[in-house]
Amino acid sequence: MAVVLPSGTLAYEPAAVRSAERSRVWRKLVRNPAALLGGLILFVVVGAAVAAPWVAPHDPARQSLIRRFTPPVWAEGGNPAYLLGTDQVGRDILSRMIHGARISLLVGVSAVAVSLVVGVGLGLASGFVGGRLDTVIMTVVDITLSFPQILLALAFVAALGPSVVTIIVVLGLTGWERYARVVRAEVLALREKDFIEAARAMGVGWGRTLLRHVLPNTFSSIVVMSTLQVAQAILQEAALSFLGVGSGSAYPTWGQMISLGRDFVTVAWWLPTFPGLAILLTVLAINLVGDRLRDAIDPRAT
Amino acid sequence: MTAFLVRRVVRFIVVCAGVSLVTFAILHASGDPVALIMPEAPEADRAMLRKALGLTDPLPVQFVRFVGSAATGDFGKSFFHHGQPAFDLVLERMPTTILLTVASMVLALLVALPVGIYSAVRRNSVVDHVATVVVFLGQSMPVFWTGIMLILLFAVQWRLLPVSGWGSWAALVLPTITLGTFSAPLLLRIVRSSMLEVVNLDYVRTARAKGVSEWRVILRHALKNAALPLVTVTGLQFGLLLGGAVITETVFAVPGVGRLIVGAIRQLDFPVVQAGVFLLAMIVVTVNLVVDVLYVYLNPTIRIR
Repeated sequence: MAVVLPSGTLAYEPAAVRSAERSRVWRKLVRNPAALLGGLILFVVVGAAVAAPWVAPHDPARQSLIRRFTPPVWAEGGNPAYLLGTDQVGRDILSRMIHGARISLLVGVSAVAVSLVVGVGLGLASGFVGGRLDTVIMTVVDITLSFPQILLALAFVAALGPSVVTIIVVLGLTGWERYARVVRAEVLALREKDFIEAARAMGVGWGRTLLRHVLPNTFSSIVVMSTLQVAQAILQEAALSFLGVGSGSAYPTWGQMISLGRDFVTVAWWLPTFPGLAILLTVLAINLVGDRLRDAIDPRAT
Repeated sequence: MTAFLVRRVVRFIVVCAGVSLVTFAILHASGDPVALIMPEAPEADRAMLRKALGLTDPLPVQFVRFVGSAATGDFGKSFFHHGQPAFDLVLERMPTTILLTVASMVLALLVALPVGIYSAVRRNSVVDHVATVVVFLGQSMPVFWTGIMLILLFAVQWRLLPVSGWGSWAALVLPTITLGTFSAPLLLRIVRSSMLEVVNLDYVRTARAKGVSEWRVILRHALKNAALPLVTVTGLQFGLLLGGAVITETVFAVPGVGRLIVGAIRQLDFPVVQAGVFLLAMIVVTVNLVVDVLYVYLNPTIRIR
């Protein structure tokens, strides 16, 4: 029930209802074992990334020719000081993995932030202005979707010169179309609704109407989509560094570790295996949380 | 129907133009391509080459020229590969990539269709739960890592299959499985959810009520309607699949378009990069056009309008 307050805002949903809704979603998430497991893994990965210099047992860059190709601790010839073994120049795999979490998470989250800003902005413009601008933006969406995303990212990162910022921008600019579509659809659906018209009639400006009444309605689907996109962006960053156009720095990344490990797969299986497991677990955890989040937010979707 | 076709073809042409623009931009994003062609030449020679290549013309002029030559398959000569035409290099490797993509697609469908249908019909059965877990794992695995793990098991540990290469049927197995595990989870998910949407509809219940056997109901009546979203999504995901093929080819040293492009990107061999990216994008655009037309053709509710 929409109530028009004297201040000119519309109280169609009291704040108490919204916070009750939020705690319902939260309870559903916590009660779900899969989401809980995902959250737990994420907690460990984020913790490792943040505290990398303090929790990593060794300097990730320190080489030691005597200790090269030390197998993991449980295998024959393992050394308890190097739990997951060492690589071809004797660097500690576990320490490199812990530091590698930083790049993965940084790129994943920042790329999604770029996508969000571009996608939401263009989606709003597309839905509200409509007409020719709408056609142009939707055509750009079509064009973006025509390229194998990883290939486009690969070409532009190589052309612009590899760096973390380039990767973030390129991944962000190739993944915004989903937000644009959702926001646009929501704007089109809400445009003619009574409460929007009421707000307009009250003299509320378009900017305020968008911020207060339209965007909150897209919030839940955007949260779910961006969670899942973080997982994709982490996979893409790993693929880019695997293909050799990574951050361009000496800082270890998971994809780069796998790429180097591929050359030694016949002599040292642990080189590519563990960084890959790190990617798998991180992405799995995000996917689990994102998926359950969708179920919790939208009871109709199964 | 005709109106739809006309509109769809117009969109196709516009998207093609956009694809050309993006491909055109790749070269110019790198700054000065001449510096890459002749890194050690004096500035005077560079300026001459720049003039000869038409790089001194205004960008719109260059773009129109690019589109004109791209339409006739002329992307210039590779900086490497003995200066062969870039387009021919890409074209030569296309059958390999198509074979890999189609083989893995067939494999993925062979798994996804029966398992997806079964999971939907017997919801919450053991198969359904296992399938869900596998889908989650599959979607979270980096495709290059899957490939390396398969190499580790089948080529290094058990010595059953070659590590890499192309040319024998045995060499085709691991790349196909790798790319198959990349696309199967998504397909399975779609088959399951679109089947779930139709299995409880009235017309399916009616078919059961009039005594049609259970499997016939599912395969003839339900699957027909569930297939539509599968067709659309397959089209939409085609770009993703080609991207996966690029990575898979690199892992297994498969001499396809993907490996060519990745190599060209590392060497900054822009004519080859442009020709490859352009051609792969064209395939995606065309597949999407075909899928849209097919969708209208398969779906009587749209056809009549």
